[in-house]
Amino acid sequence: MTLIEEERSVVEEFSVLEDWMDKYEYLIELGKSLPMIEESSKTEANLIKGCQSRVWLNSSFSDGKVFFTADSDAIITKGIISLLIRVYNGRTPKEILDSDFSFISEIGLKENLSPTRANGLVSMIKQIKEYALAYSLKQ
Amino acid sequence: MDVNEVRKCFPALTREIYGRPLVYFDNAATSQRPESVMDMLRLSGLHSNANIHRAVHTLSSEATDLYEKGREAVRSFINASSGEEIVLTSGTTASINILAHGFCGSLLQDGDVILLSEAEHHSNMIPWMLCAAGKGIAIKYIPVDGTGHLDMESYVRLLESSNVRLVSVPHISNVLGIVNPISEIISLAHEHGAYAIIDGAQGIVHEDVDVQRLDCDFYVFSGHKVYAATGTGVLYGKSSLLAELPPLMGGGEMVGTVTYQGTTFAPLPLKFEAGTPNFAGCSTFSPALEMASLCRDEGIRRNVLQMTEYLESELLKIPGLHLLGTGEGKAPVFSFAVEGAHHEDIALLLDKMGVEVRSGLMCAEPVINKFGYTGVVRASLAPYNTVRECEYFMRCLVKALRMLS
Repeated sequence: MTLIEEERSVVEEFSVLEDWMDKYEYLIELGKSLPMIEESSKTEANLIKGCQSRVWLNSSFSDGKVFFTADSDAIITKGIISLLIRVYNGRTPKEILDSDFSFISEIGLKENLSPTRANGLVSMIKQIKEYALAYSLKQ
Repeated sequence: MDVNEVRKCFPALTREIYGRPLVYFDNAATSQRPESVMDMLRLSGLHSNANIHRAVHTLSSEATDLYEKGREAVRSFINASSGEEIVLTSGTTASINILAHGFCGSLLQDGDVILLSEAEHHSNMIPWMLCAAGKGIAIKYIPVDGTGHLDMESYVRLLESSNVRLVSVPHISNVLGIVNPISEIISLAHEHGAYAIIDGAQGIVHEDVDVQRLDCDFYVFSGHKVYAATGTGVLYGKSSLLAELPPLMGGGEMVGTVTYQGTTFAPLPLKFEAGTPNFAGCSTFSPALEMASLCRDEGIRRNVLQMTEYLESELLKIPGLHLLGTGEGKAPVFSFAVEGAHHEDIALLLDKMGVEVRSGLMCAEPVINKFGYTGVVRASLAPYNTVRECEYFMRCLVKALRMLS
């Protein structure tokens, strides 16, 4: 699946969840199923600033593609991260940098996008883009 | 009086959030506003808008009148002996900054000790840290015990063992929600030659405050937590002390006579009100404190007591829930952590059910860390909340915890 196709599939999944509680229940489920990252990756350097919950985002680069692992102490945040990883994992830096991340607002999490929101979705997206940018410069 | 009579005055309380009736439990951060306060803000902005204390024209005198009536409402509400003792500021933080600047810059000396409590809002810590830095003035903290009560024996020991010249403590901690024994704290401070400042940001909402009976040297609070417009605050101080304190800001009408060489200051309280004050906002103290007085009605007080008892006992029934601040003197401010559930997750889920609570550090990081947490959920009530809302909140909390487990 391309990045765009993956985005569409996420949007479709959420479109059947009309009630807010259902959406959050699904995010919690996703959060619980997000593979744990190595304790050694939970470093100060990987900690995303600006979140009420603690979020660690670790990245690696191979064959021209970016790979992410992440964790958080808050489960809903983990659920959101797992969506981001699903869409952006294994993409080229260019694909990531070209993405407008609009699927987040399409699935109704736009409120979480405001820069002042404590849960720091904006900080996560910024960090994903920064990693992509750094790898694109290395190429 | 029935609480529903009070609720009618607050239009926001009829709102829905995500299709569910709003339950506003973040009152310790800011209260909702009654229609009368917004009417005053409109009147001030659209009808009687002119800069105060300066011009001789009618609009200016109307605006000045509204502003000074706001001051008088504050004076009467806390029973200060004169309007001279009521400095209008932008909030509790501004009031404490004026005091920290004045004390550390002028009244305190090398070797003096400032005594705060372990349960301070950052606004009653950082200004003292900033102003004491590099001056040889030390800051010490009165310990808080496991139930959130101030350790009064340690307080006395600190007063006796070090050169404490100033004590500044909260009337009610914004995290622990325990009413501190401020009368005793103030008289002990005075017995040991120290000034007493009370941070009343939470206390003014829930407790009767009579500054003459308390005999505190200063009492500070914000308007927006007692129904007034945002950006309003109060610094009450005994006039003899306000006269001694230097102003923090200069400019505007805070002067007596200005020459190229220097200036004299305006009489109290204008000495501390540099620049154009928030006259529209401060005018709303009149209707806001009228509302606060209404909330002192016996029926409303009974309602608050019922809610407080209900929530304290129900919260403690939840397995794995730790409530910060329990027992004697509990005010309706409930900060808690639940094992296995993150505070942010709980707050997000409650929001989706229409319940607005705070999560995080409540601008009081040291005390939350002291209790061993990286964040808490805080449900804080106002007199306009109801027992039914508390019951709904408990059902929602149980549901959220079930989802997160």
